[in-house]
Order: sequence, then C-alpha cells, then structure tokens
Amino acid sequence: MNSFVLPAATLWQRELVRFWRQKSRVLGVVASPLVFWLIIGYGSNDLARFYSGSLVLTVMFSAIFSTISIIEDRREGFLLSMMVSPAPRTSLVLGKILGAATLAWIQGLIFLAFAPLAGVSIELIELIPVAAAIFLISFTLTGLGFVIAWKMNSTAAFHGIMNLLLVPMWMVSGSLFPMATAHGWIRAIMWVNPLTYSIALLNHTLRLPNATPGPTASLVVTALFGLVLLLASGALAAQKSTRSAA
Amino acid sequence: MIEVQNVTHRYADRVALSSVSFEVKKGEIFGLLGPNGGGKSTVFRILSTMMVPTQGRAVVAGFDVARESAQVRRQVGVVFQTQSLDKALTVEENLRAQGHLHGLSGATLGERMTAAMDRLGLLDRRRDLVETLSGGLRRRVEIAKALLHRPQVLLMDEASTGLDPAARREVSRHVETLREKDGVTILLTTHILEEASRCDRLILLHKGKIVAQGSPGELCARIGGDVVVLESADTKSLAAGIAERFRVTPSVLDGQVRVEIANGHRFIAEVVEAFPGAVDSVGLHKPSLEDVFVRETGASIDE
Repeated sequence: MNSFVLPAATLWQRELVRFWRQKSRVLGVVASPLVFWLIIGYGSNDLARFYSGSLVLTVMFSAIFSTISIIEDRREGFLLSMMVSPAPRTSLVLGKILGAATLAWIQGLIFLAFAPLAGVSIELIELIPVAAAIFLISFTLTGLGFVIAWKMNSTAAFHGIMNLLLVPMWMVSGSLFPMATAHGWIRAIMWVNPLTYSIALLNHTLRLPNATPGPTASLVVTALFGLVLLLASGALAAQKSTRSAA
Repeated sequence: MIEVQNVTHRYADRVALSSVSFEVKKGEIFGLLGPNGGGKSTVFRILSTMMVPTQGRAVVAGFDVARESAQVRRQVGVVFQTQSLDKALTVEENLRAQGHLHGLSGATLGERMTAAMDRLGLLDRRRDLVETLSGGLRRRVEIAKALLHRPQVLLMDEASTGLDPAARREVSRHVETLREKDGVTILLTTHILEEASRCDRLILLHKGKIVAQGSPGELCARIGGDVVVLESADTKSLAAGIAERFRVTPSVLDGQVRVEIANGHRFIAEVVEAFPGAVDSVGLHKPSLEDVFVRETGASIDE
C-alpha cells in the first residue's frame, strides 16, 4: 500500500510546491480566458452565456500547461527518475494527473470568483457541487492532455494538437453557441463531444441557461470520459517499449 | 552482477548495438568507452530498464531487465547524463521525493537522506534550490539521490561530462569510496579517457560493436613499444613513405600520422632524417586508451 500511495502523493505534492513557487503562472492561465470572456461577453451583452465555456477554457489551459511539461520533463528532468523507480506506473500516473488536475481546479476556482459578473449568485452550500464539477472536468482534461503528451517527442507537436483538436473541441462544446440552435452536422459533433457534457454539467450546477444534455447524462459522460482517460494513461505508461522511455 | 548476452538493438532502421555481450563482476568499476553514438547510451538505457532490447538478454543482480524490470529497479541506482532533478525544489525535497518513489518514508528516509548528503558533502546546501547549485554540486545531488535505496548496482551515464576537472575528480573519488566501503558494483559510460583509465575493466564500443575489452593496462599493453605522432602538411605521402621504409602500418587521422613502434626515440631520429622537411612536429608517448581506440577502429574517440 505504502509503495503505491507514497509515490502518487509525492508527485501530487511536487506539482503543488512547484506551482506555489511560480505564482505568476496563475496569472497567465486565468487572465487570458478572463479577458476573452469579458470581451465576448460584454460585446454580445451576454456574460452569462459564455461563462461556463470560459471557465472550462481556464481549466483546459492549465491542464495543457501541466501536461506539456511531461514532454520536456521526460527528456531532461524529474520524470527520468520516476521511470527507473520501482513505483507502480499506475501510481505515478495517478499522482501526476491528480497533481495537475488540482492546479487546474484551483485556477477554475479563481475564475469562479468572477461568477457574480455573470449574474450567478452561489450559496455557500452550492459551492460543493460546483467545486466538485470543476474538479471532475479538471481531471478529465488533464487526463486528455496526458494521453496526448505521453507519446510526443516535441512540444511543437503538442501545440499542433492543441490548435487542431483541443481548441476546436472546446468550440463545439456549447461554450460559444448552444446545441439547440446549431446546424445539423455541428449538432451531431456536439452530441459525441465529451466536453459538451462538461459544459452542461457546469451550467447545471451554476443554474445557467443552455444546460443540455440533462444533469445525469452530463455527470455520467464526464465521469466516464475521465475514467477512460485515466486507464488509457496508465496503460500507456506501463507499456514496455524498445523505444526509450526518455 | 551484470550479464549482457548477445544484445542487439535497433532504432527503427538504425542498428545501435549488434550482438554485444559482456559481464560485470560484483564490486567492479566497469566502463563503457566510446564516442557519442557508439552505443554506450543504448546499453545504459537497456540496463536501467528504460527500454527493452530488440534482441538478446540482459540480467542485473539476477533479474532480467525486460521481464523483471520492477525487481531490477529496486537493485539499481541510476545517475543520468541529463539532469533528473527538479530544479524548482530544494536538495532535500528532491531526495525526499526520490525516497518516496522507492517506498521509503519517515525516520528511515530521514536517516538515509542525512547519510547520503553527509557523504557527498551536501549537508550545508540541503535547503538550497537545485537551480542555484553549480554543475558539480548538482551531479553530487544526483549521486546522493541514486544511493538512497542502497542499490547493489550503480549505473552512471556520462556522469562527469560537462564538469570541470576538479569536480570530475571529486565524482571519481565518491565512486571509488562506494565500491570500497559498500561493495557497490558500478557501470559507467564515458568518452573521457582519464575517467576510463580509472576503471577496473572496460569495453570499447564503436558503431554498436565491442572492439576491445580488458583492463586499461591490458588494453594498452596490446600496443608494443611507443606511439609516435607526426604532423605534416602532406600526411598521405609521409605515411606511405614510412610504411615502405620501416615496414610498419601507420594510421592517418586528423592531419597526423601515428606509428606504433618499439624504441620510438630511435625511429624519430631516423624518420626526420629520411624525410627532410616533411615533418612539421613530432611527439612520442606511451600507449594510451586513445591509441587502443584508434588502432581498433581507425577513428578518433572525440569524433
């Protein structure tokens, strides 16, 4: 037990300590979605409509930022010693993803502080489901970043994926336009896009409009997506390869 | 302690190692010497369980590196050429994280950390961030980190590359003590001759093949006599002339003609007289590992 929990805990803690020592990182991650939200929200005179999407964007940026570091860290950095340690690969993956997800979550919570601007008023007790939803979304997006980053050799390739996959995926998730008014084929994509369910989940917990699909479906799909990504990450890291792990 | 049997490794279409076999005994300091791209790092990656060989078998401390990698990882300490430290953390934090990865915690970990830092002279820097340390100090932290779980085998990849001579000697001294006091078996890769000459035994790797193996003394003894190095504007014709007149096989490398010959001092006098004006400078030395490498491969080790 100790040999599973300790490595995971130490990696989780490492993410937090590093984050704390580079506080300026928070500004970069939270500021750009915030500026984006304020411009598009005030521009269209509908801050509420873009709120959940912008919060998810914050979380997504943070998750990308954390997982992109895997690429460098593996070639030259702490990940090298992780790979040659006897710690179970699943424990290492869990620690890394939980750590990065916690950072994304904290930044999502910072964004949450601006909710009153969107006309959202949250009771203290309501914070629990909201915070839980943000954590779940943080976890899935970090898992997604991990799966993408693990096999990559350069950060440039990751930027490519980000622009071609992650950002479009975010755009057709209900963050910019609701599913109800979308054109047929876009709507079809939205149905299969797991991120649609994350945005809906957030809209449900924040009692914002455009909360489709329903609450149960949103929760189940988001949680399943996270679980699948976690398992995939674990499987990737446990693979024995004739290509060097670093 | 380490057994490598017929290991061949291919990266896509490039053959990095071809049927390499060697054995390292308990308590030995064993070196892999060769130029960059010679195959040293591939051996290191296989033994440190970062990848499995495409063919052949390697056993470390009784465990197969491909099939029993978890057991191998418990017995092996690894010092990387590139840094494996987290620069944003302190020396102590790095060591603690490493201990946790090995399932160590609490008082045991504390004692081991203090002992490792004491041994490598890091106690007064324990609370410093790694990014504020010099290259030599960082390497010492790497070694301390690799020793926390008391490995039987220490694998070091180019551990003294990029260090100044003083820091390099320091690292060597620590390696020597480890072997003396704890009986740790050490395998190191290097392209630095001075470091290689301090190994008990070594293999010379070139283009993925072992070109020679033995103790530094044995290897140098393969070259009878002296090595004479001549510089000339026209090395080719000088080499041809020497070959004809002295019945030796000189090698030409980097604008120099090298000749292995007994009684080198007499040869020098004769050669300068025989080819007036053709020789720009002359040098004579006892055979070194570099000469062995040149002799076996026809190439320089610093290529």
